[in-house]
Amino acid sequence: MEGQEIPYVLIDCVGGKHGVYEDHAELLKKHFHLITMKEYLENKEFLGKKIRAIYLWYHKPVINEELLQSLPNLKIVASSGVGIDHLDLNLLSSYGVKVSNTPFVVSSDTADLGMALMLASSRRLVEGHQIAVSPDTEYFPADWLGTEVSGATLGIVGMGTIGYKVAQRAKAFEMKILYHNRNRRNEEEESAVGATYCKRIDDLLQQSDFVLLSVTLTPQTHKLIGKRELKLMKPTATLINVSRGLVVDQDALVEALQTNIIKAAALDVTYPEPLPRDHPLLKLKNVIITPHIGSATKKTRRLMMENMMESIQAGLTGLPIPNEVFL
Amino acid sequence: MGGEELPGLLVYEIGGIHGILHGHVAFLKKHFYLITMKEFLENKKNMSKKVQAIYLWWHKPVIDQELLQSLPNLKVIAKSGVGMDHLDLKLVASFGVKMANTRCAVSSSTADTGMGLLLASARRLVEGYHIAVSSGIQYCEADFLGVEVTGATLGIIGMGSIGYKIALRAKAFEMNILYHNRRRRKEQEEQAVGTTYCEKIDSLLQQADFVMVVVSLTPQTRNLIGKREMELMKPTATLINISRGAVVDQEALVAALQTGVIRAAALDVTYPEPLPRDHVLLKLKNVIITPHLGIKTDKATYMITEEAVENILAALNGLPMPNEVLPS
Repeated sequence: MEGQEIPYVLIDCVGGKHGVYEDHAELLKKHFHLITMKEYLENKEFLGKKIRAIYLWYHKPVINEELLQSLPNLKIVASSGVGIDHLDLNLLSSYGVKVSNTPFVVSSDTADLGMALMLASSRRLVEGHQIAVSPDTEYFPADWLGTEVSGATLGIVGMGTIGYKVAQRAKAFEMKILYHNRNRRNEEEESAVGATYCKRIDDLLQQSDFVLLSVTLTPQTHKLIGKRELKLMKPTATLINVSRGLVVDQDALVEALQTNIIKAAALDVTYPEPLPRDHPLLKLKNVIITPHIGSATKKTRRLMMENMMESIQAGLTGLPIPNEVFL
Repeated sequence: MGGEELPGLLVYEIGGIHGILHGHVAFLKKHFYLITMKEFLENKKNMSKKVQAIYLWWHKPVIDQELLQSLPNLKVIAKSGVGMDHLDLKLVASFGVKMANTRCAVSSSTADTGMGLLLASARRLVEGYHIAVSSGIQYCEADFLGVEVTGATLGIIGMGSIGYKIALRAKAFEMNILYHNRRRRKEQEEQAVGTTYCEKIDSLLQQADFVMVVVSLTPQTRNLIGKREMELMKPTATLINISRGAVVDQEALVAALQTGVIRAAALDVTYPEPLPRDHVLLKLKNVIITPHLGIKTDKATYMITEEAVENILAALNGLPMPNEVLPS
């Protein structure tokens, strides 16, 4: 242990819109020498050799070949959240750099948000709030109705940890649950949530009142939901996306919403984030958008930070890395 | 069948702000001769004897002594929803008229509303929406945080059929569920949803991260949640009201929300509805208000009408009514 410095870890910045939270930084500083990108750029020669890990908080700092070349002692990149579509895994591997994410800690919150979006959309909660507080409201009309969630059919596309947690929650609302996944889950898992496997996504799309996307973004799931899939959905159906914006063909979605091919959409993710301020999705009445808050609770973000800290420490001491992402 | 008229059913109006939904008219006309208040008032002499039943939709028409006196053949009043707080039950009973609500049809829909409000408030959904679509550049993703629902403690005040359905839903979110009720539920029922009885409301208020109010409005529950109760709640807790506005002391709520005594509130009901446009509650950032959405879905409203008709027909045929409400 003698002579061993505490490790130098690169971060984007502390505080501000996308930086590491102040209170998280306090704990991290007990274990790491945190170097911000600004500090690094001001002293590349010295710091470049010292940095052995990168703490990637909300996809920042951006990792490219240039950066990797100037960090010869970089051993590990710990990325927040579960998605790793923003990382070039091949590139990192070629530099011998390991990668970790925080897959399980985000699942409950993301499943909760999926349910929140489904309920808010079907019961017209956002619109309702606007009516309730609008200076022009004189009365609440009796014929202003939403759609029932209880007893409706939910189709889950992507039955990983998050998708399964959505199924567990939806079951309590007496929903009929269909799912489509790369691999079928085992019988026990299916019957625990009363979910029926749809080998063909078409079957799921045609029967569902709510279609919830909880897949990882990969080349195979890129634009998984396009014009064809939207047309297969019921005109009374709602699309909910808590995965990645690119899983949906956004232009096709706009058209489908404008022409009543589907009834509504509720999106925690878009492409890009945020959308340009003049984007049609921002103006459609039958769309709810939230600013990628799938895992945005104090408790979960703290757990994410702790997981990342653990992964970095393991990566730097040659121990097995919790939540390592393999190619 | 020959020459036999359908029994007359008095309703406030069809369509409009408080009227029977257009989609329900065909179904009602199968069983009844529909008479609107306007038609009744224009032709009292002929209409008054025809009316055997009244279907109240959102508390209209108003049932008073004058109306009851002018309807000699009135046998039953069925109302939409479950709350009977606006009806003078004793007065109605004194005319020998039976009453029914539609408690079965409302429970799932209202429970869904409760959960929807709980989730929306916890995850700051309405605020998030405004940030996501606003034309300003206040967009900030990383530092916008809500509170966890999964694994949190939910305190349900009022464990009737709606409260119980909320417990069933909350259990799937792995919530720790406490409840307070006039009567304790059976052990089996408690175990099925994993809930713990709090004989004293204080105990529930002190432990809960989310307090969900699901009681009927009675003289005992008026202002049930006041300054004292809110001060017992955690400063990180959220109050959700899907019962009646008058169950909560609204002024005390405003003060509690403004001074951080509680974190936030989500209200499907207020007193009055709607609130005056200059009311403080409309401006607070940590409040979500919805326009009494409780049962406002196509399915639930239709089921309500079906249930009301079932009760009315039972009363008119001298059979036991499934949802009879007796004056207590």
